[in-house]
Amino acid sequence: MYPAKFAYEAPRSIQELLDLLARHGDDAKVLAGGQSLVPMLKLRFAAPELVVDINGVPGLDHLTEDPDGTLRVGALCRHVTLERSALLAAEYPVMAAAAPLVADPMVRSRGTMVGSICHADPQGDWASVLMALGGHIVAMGPRGKRPIAMTDFVVGPFQNALQPGEFAYEAVVPPPVGQRTGTYLKLERRVGDFATVGVAVSLEHSGGRVVRAGIALTGVGPATINAADAADVLVGKPLSEETVEQAARLAAEAAQPQADHRGSVEYKRHVVATFVRRGLARGEVVAA
Amino acid sequence: MSFSKTVEITETSADTRRITVTVNGTPRVVEVEPRLLLVHLLREGLALRGTHIGCDTTNCGACTVLHDGNPIKSCTMLAVQADGHEITTVEGLGTPSELDPVQEGFHREHGLQCGFCTPGMMMAARALLDREPDPSEEDVRWALSGNLCRCTGYQNIVKAVLWAADKQRGAQPAEEDAR
Amino acid sequence: MTALDEVKIGGLGASRLRVEDQRFVRGRGTYLDDIKLPGMLYMEIVRSPLAHARITRIDTSKAWQIPGVRLVLTGEMMAQRNLAWMPTLSYDTQAVLATDKVRFQGQEVVVVVADDPYIAKDGCDAVEIDYEPLPAIVNPEQSAAPGAPIIRDDKPGQTDNTCYRWEVGDREATERAFAEADVVSSLKLHYPRSHPSPIECCGAVADFDAGTGKLTVYMTTQAPHIVRAAVALIAELPEHQIRIVSPDIGGGFGNKVPVYPGYVHAILASILTGRPVKWIEDKTGNLISTGFGRDMYLDAQMALRRDGKILAVRMHADTDQGAFFADAQPSKFKVGLLHSAFACYDIGIGYITAQGHYTNKAPGGVAYRCSFRVTEAMFFQERMMQAAATDLGMDQAEFRRINLRRDVAFPARTPFGFLVDSGQYHKCLQVGLDAIGYDEFRREQAAAREKGRLLGIGISTMTEPLGAGNSREYDILGIKMFDSAELRVHLTGKAILRTGARTQGQGHETTWAQIVAHELGIPADDVVVEEGDTDTAPYGMGTYASRSTPVAGAAVSMAARKVRAKARKIAAHLLEVSEEDVEWELGRFYVRGAPERGASIQECAMAAYSNMPDGMEPGLEATAYYDPPNLTWPFACYIVTVEVDPETGVWDVLRVVAVDDCGVRINPMIVEGQIMGGLTEAYAMASMQFQTYDADGNMIGANYMDYLLPTAWETPGFELHEVVTPCPHHPIGAKGVGECAAVGGPAAFVNAVIDAIGDAGVRNIDMPLLPDRVWTALQTRQSVSGAPPVGRS
Repeated sequence: MYPAKFAYEAPRSIQELLDLLARHGDDAKVLAGGQSLVPMLKLRFAAPELVVDINGVPGLDHLTEDPDGTLRVGALCRHVTLERSALLAAEYPVMAAAAPLVADPMVRSRGTMVGSICHADPQGDWASVLMALGGHIVAMGPRGKRPIAMTDFVVGPFQNALQPGEFAYEAVVPPPVGQRTGTYLKLERRVGDFATVGVAVSLEHSGGRVVRAGIALTGVGPATINAADAADVLVGKPLSEETVEQAARLAAEAAQPQADHRGSVEYKRHVVATFVRRGLARGEVVAA
Repeated sequence: MSFSKTVEITETSADTRRITVTVNGTPRVVEVEPRLLLVHLLREGLALRGTHIGCDTTNCGACTVLHDGNPIKSCTMLAVQADGHEITTVEGLGTPSELDPVQEGFHREHGLQCGFCTPGMMMAARALLDREPDPSEEDVRWALSGNLCRCTGYQNIVKAVLWAADKQRGAQPAEEDAR
Repeated sequence: MTALDEVKIGGLGASRLRVEDQRFVRGRGTYLDDIKLPGMLYMEIVRSPLAHARITRIDTSKAWQIPGVRLVLTGEMMAQRNLAWMPTLSYDTQAVLATDKVRFQGQEVVVVVADDPYIAKDGCDAVEIDYEPLPAIVNPEQSAAPGAPIIRDDKPGQTDNTCYRWEVGDREATERAFAEADVVSSLKLHYPRSHPSPIECCGAVADFDAGTGKLTVYMTTQAPHIVRAAVALIAELPEHQIRIVSPDIGGGFGNKVPVYPGYVHAILASILTGRPVKWIEDKTGNLISTGFGRDMYLDAQMALRRDGKILAVRMHADTDQGAFFADAQPSKFKVGLLHSAFACYDIGIGYITAQGHYTNKAPGGVAYRCSFRVTEAMFFQERMMQAAATDLGMDQAEFRRINLRRDVAFPARTPFGFLVDSGQYHKCLQVGLDAIGYDEFRREQAAAREKGRLLGIGISTMTEPLGAGNSREYDILGIKMFDSAELRVHLTGKAILRTGARTQGQGHETTWAQIVAHELGIPADDVVVEEGDTDTAPYGMGTYASRSTPVAGAAVSMAARKVRAKARKIAAHLLEVSEEDVEWELGRFYVRGAPERGASIQECAMAAYSNMPDGMEPGLEATAYYDPPNLTWPFACYIVTVEVDPETGVWDVLRVVAVDDCGVRINPMIVEGQIMGGLTEAYAMASMQFQTYDADGNMIGANYMDYLLPTAWETPGFELHEVVTPCPHHPIGAKGVGECAAVGGPAAFVNAVIDAIGDAGVRNIDMPLLPDRVWTALQTRQSVSGAPPVGRS
């Protein structure tokens, strides 16, 4: 409940932030919403030399859609903003479904989507959502910005692909190639609990067929799992009982759950399959 | 020193920093160590003991305060982060002579027993009513889903918040039982 | 002049709004952590990361070097002062700081005292301890296995891991009854380890004044006088120089009854530093080391006649006590009041055996919102009732009707020695069945099943013994379980009341005043209630086991009646008649035959100080110590309906109906609040709340990420009903109520889920009924037993 000592800087611009990160490298830890970092500091699971608080940096709290339909979620865009966004409710069903399921109202008023993804908790919800949407993280460092595909971003439990000197500038969802459907389903023992199993299903439909699909899994492996094979069987054809069943089976196979007090391996795989089925059932509604 | 013991010990400026936090409408200038949690600043540094500490893991909500009007857990923010911001605690609800409708609702609907979770619960409720003056029961339950209570079973807490909403909107609060 | 309206003056039956709310809603309660004394130091504890290990080295030198660290305490330092071990409330011993071995994960090993808690924690991090790991024992089976390592090798003569054996009932008669039975129904159950987990953790501010020799300890305790006695015995301080103050308590639920090592550390630290020392547990410290509840395994059989009559019951319980036998319970009963099982049913014969086991787990076995293991008793009882009805092919409600005691059958002795004295069990059950619409639900259930939907209904009926004790049978550490009240009526008719109980949310400040209003007609608003300070409160045993109203509440009545008896003499003097000619109505004496000639209680109070009769001792006050003739026997019927998702095992509660008979209700609003709180704990136990250990003895459930408590979101709505059978021996006919729903409720939830999946032939799923366990039972068509499995870390 009492953090160890650390130094603290609150940069006022992106340049100041980059300078600090360049100077301190791995010894610095970026603090955005703080809803994962501060608990780690309190429990002394994390003891960085320097905490760099980016909350005073302007231009990071955006939630915008480019003219071409690219969605950008800034590093300081809070969960609550996503939860209440009319844009997400209308156009991004997977994100709209996930946003209220992250932690609890107080954590959502402070925590950020990008920070949650950077934390790379295998039980974090947003990484699956962004992965299913085929999104990426824009890292910013001394040499400017670079995109890191979500499938490459999480490299292990609590490990991300950012290099020393870089910070996660924004999360990006590419423009759709068809009409989006999908959802995020989370089995939790209680509201606000970490996922026993979470399944993000995102489909894009055009001409009566699925033209793009993504399925990603939360809580059933050492990191967020991209069930690409499961998604692939859906593409290029209309949703059918057969493809749905195939996707459910392949997603369950892609899961790498461990038995724990939340459930057995068998149970977690079963829930993955069930949720893929249920998620795709919601995806069927394709009104032109 | 962490509990703002600036009187006893003079630290080098590298270890502490001076911040200005507006608490319940009054700007407070304090010298804090970066590692000091906001809840400790409020409770120890500013002697506002109504904000309680219930857990270590950001789960119980007993320490809920408003940060620029939004409900946050003050155990999960560093005091230095509050620099330049407005914090409202339970002591900022109502006036010495008149209770806030939320406080009155908790009293009238028996929304508290031991009282330990109550300040955090009321702050979360206050934030809800500021945003949604006419919430449904479901809205209330959802808004309070980050605040744990071990005594009441929540039913009367929900009634308390709905009572406060009615009172605040000028609607006739639900008929009282013969009390 | 007409008599006072009792409800208007806040008397019995008034849903009086609570007086304590005024400070709590303003954030102006004074909880332990709100106490700050000049020069106060802060204490933090270094806990063992291992469940069972020999300590080979402790080096505290780096901690001492940190600026601001004032004291570092080790077991060795405690031992030098004969304080390394202390007695528990169950006549065992418990390590205050480990000297030889650590015996559970989270055990206290080193204590650091510093200028503030951040520095104390820095000091803890700087302490170096080497351990030599030993095999961990995490359940009774391992504990009793041949060749198991002896956990309590500190105890002379301890040759295995048994900490007690106990039996009650008639073994031979029971065997005979089983031999004659048409059907024998068997069931094995586990009531998982759970933690009362008040939101406020435990803590103390110890303040030893070397100048006066007085030790003041502000402490989160439900039983300040017991603690004072314990501190006098442990620390060998004179009892009159010890003052225990229990400030506002942020929930107790049994967790704040025992004496914990942290209290002793803080006291010694204050004595050694000469400064006040504050210790506040963090949540993990609370969950990992302080009094848990339950963790009991049951192997039970019921002998049945084909027509549904229960002939006899036979139960064996294995309790997992952890490393130290630290149950807070009456000394005579080693497994609490487990033998109160089946008290509501007309069963003549039974036999119970129990064995306690030491394990490498946290010590305790506290009465978590219950009267000393009645929670296990009633859960086992009602789960056995369901299994037996199923075995007989009989309807759940009908089976209960056949066996519940009739209203005319009181008083009656249970096969295990309790005397049940009153009740309307059949009426109570019927109110519940009518409220839920039992027959209609059964039809709905059958129709839903056709469509693949799984609906279920669970019933739990029980009476439980609340309000220990009577002094013949109940004592803690030899101190009889009476309670007390002291009432002083001032000159102007206002009053102060003190009791030996300690409220933790039950609202004593409100309800005790209502009892005074009922007895004396003094408006409740004119009575201030004080509790928790051993220097001022009369000697009492504290608040737990729903004993406040049955015992301390009765003492309030008796003290008020003593005051009334004296006031009557004063009234006779004022009215210039003989005492025999004075009649009483609420708030006023009057002359028989001339009701217009009267003296109010306030006038009598004034006279007690200004115009007393010749020879009368001045003043108007009384103290009463109350030793109840029997326990009180509230009765309840809880009915729950659920729907189970067969694909995921997730179950949702549809309705919860509670019918409680707690006798006369002092404040119906508060009673209902208590019932809803208890129902929520029942739901929590059934659905999510448990602690378990992996094979290495690591606790799962040591913080609120793992130890789940329900929120407003999933907690169901409650429908409350009442039946009133006044307690025949309590002065105002009241009974205990605070724990009834937590005791009787869990079985209703579990029975409902089992009922929903009944067609799968599943006999039992042990709590918690997490979705994976329900799904597994559905898939395998077999029981799911024991604590949720956890792999080796």
